[in-house]
Amino acid sequence: MSKINLVPTGEKEAVRVAYGKALVELGRENDKVVVLDADLAAATMTNGFKKEFPERFYDCGIAEANMVDMAAGMSTMGLIPFCSTFAVFAGRSYDQIRNGVCYPKFNVKFGFSHAGITLGEDGGSHQAIEDLALMRVLPGMTVFAPSDANECRQCVKAAAEINGPVFIRTARLPSPVYEARPFTVGKGDVLKEGKDCVIFTCGIMLEHCAEAVQILEEKGVDAALVSFHTIKPFDSELALEWTQKTGHVFTVEEHSVIGGLGDAVADAICGKGCFTFKKIGINDEFGQSGKPADLLKEYGLTGAQIAEKILKSL
Amino acid sequence: MTVQELQNVARQVRRDIIVMTNKAGAGHPGGSLSATEALVALYFDVMKGVDPKDDKNPNRDRFVLSKGHAAPGLYGTLCERGFFGREEFDHFRQLHGILQGHPDVKKCPGVDASTGSLGQGISIAVGMALGAKHTGNPCHVYTMIGDGESDEGMVWEASMAAAHYKLDNLTVILDHNGMQIDGTNDQVMSLGDVYAKFAAFGYDIIEVKDGNDMQQVLDALHAPACPGKPRLILLQTLKGKGVSFMEGQVGWHGKAPNAEQTAQALKELEG
Repeated sequence: MSKINLVPTGEKEAVRVAYGKALVELGRENDKVVVLDADLAAATMTNGFKKEFPERFYDCGIAEANMVDMAAGMSTMGLIPFCSTFAVFAGRSYDQIRNGVCYPKFNVKFGFSHAGITLGEDGGSHQAIEDLALMRVLPGMTVFAPSDANECRQCVKAAAEINGPVFIRTARLPSPVYEARPFTVGKGDVLKEGKDCVIFTCGIMLEHCAEAVQILEEKGVDAALVSFHTIKPFDSELALEWTQKTGHVFTVEEHSVIGGLGDAVADAICGKGCFTFKKIGINDEFGQSGKPADLLKEYGLTGAQIAEKILKSL
Repeated sequence: MTVQELQNVARQVRRDIIVMTNKAGAGHPGGSLSATEALVALYFDVMKGVDPKDDKNPNRDRFVLSKGHAAPGLYGTLCERGFFGREEFDHFRQLHGILQGHPDVKKCPGVDASTGSLGQGISIAVGMALGAKHTGNPCHVYTMIGDGESDEGMVWEASMAAAHYKLDNLTVILDHNGMQIDGTNDQVMSLGDVYAKFAAFGYDIIEVKDGNDMQQVLDALHAPACPGKPRLILLQTLKGKGVSFMEGQVGWHGKAPNAEQTAQALKELEG
């Protein structure tokens, strides 16, 4: 069996922290970059940018919808605005993202943090489990769900180079940092080859999927592991390739099983053959308060639980 | 242009509104007719850098029609200003037409933002004005909102931000015709003391007693900016202005005139 091509640096860093650092780096390289926040700079980690570039940081107050359309207007003056707030407020500002930014194809970026149940104690009201679904369906939107700090930096850099709307989903919880891997927008990342089944994942579920792969190996199952930092445009070709190679497909995401990565994979492989297909994620329900580790267990997303679900389906 | 000439353009724009909504069998004549003087004043007299041959000139003044359903009024004005030919009216609201049901920045020359989802245009205009200040662009940003549109909380979020960022390069024009889809403002959602509300949000306000009087509209739009404050021009207008059977009638918010009504309207709008 082949090894997982992931080299832990031993560091842990929340993807949102990497987002904040990446904005500062980007700010140094590109003076067109401005950052907007809705009174959450200490949480979305844009406060680093605010400190270094106070004249390029705009607080919009607790008014996310207005922030998004202000960014739309600013983009028409040649600026590259990055809007930052919690992923759950993608819903609150959705009409603005749709009609104010995507419909005219304005050059606005969304760095939305605290996605998924690993937000933890703040509870279900704040745990976005629908943001990928909302963003995927918008024409012209690029959707990133980076798996670690290094990938997030690459996503932020790429976002500034794309002419059009880009959504970056980031997590609050510190997670392992892996050595940086080659990055191409719209391309998936084969982290382990395998012949018995394939696990497709995105975001910080990568850590738990890597654990599941080890457990499966101990049970004699050789699983392939593919991570997607780009949910849209989706690397359908790669998804289909590993589907056809293994015949048994599992998707794992910290998002509803409806509308996210699982459905992107389904769109890619549906009608192309007969495969085992199971989506592992949040099963059409809301989250709740708790410690992130306890929540992952409650919703069946630990490495051991992922492995168990796969074994049952094979 | 003289005031008389501007009035003549406004009359032609009103004819355009009637013609295109009749051809399409749909559209919003009432709120287009109430807004006509302001639209014509902006594009023919007030805004700097308006040039149909160079509609992307970065330093041009911007206009965002936040009450995007008044698209027929904007299209008539842009057409008379030379952004496209009158033949486009045949394709208003039609497949592949540049004149979409609501203004589309990707399709229609001279349009600065896609609008129609109410409340958003003013917020985009605030962003434009802020972006202009940030980049040192000398342009002025104008936006027109409706009174019904002011039910949207976003109008107030945007207004708060406009005052906070001291956007004296922004002019918000409120087309206060007193009516919206389901009835008068007071029947649907009372605006109360609209002057006091916008004043409390930090605008420097000019009230125009007759927003369908070209001279009064021009005077307001040419008034010098108040340093450090966004401007709001409160236009008291008449919905359906210029067409007797549409004036002050809620029912003509989003209804097209039939052939007979069109003939009568055009007769009333003859020079």
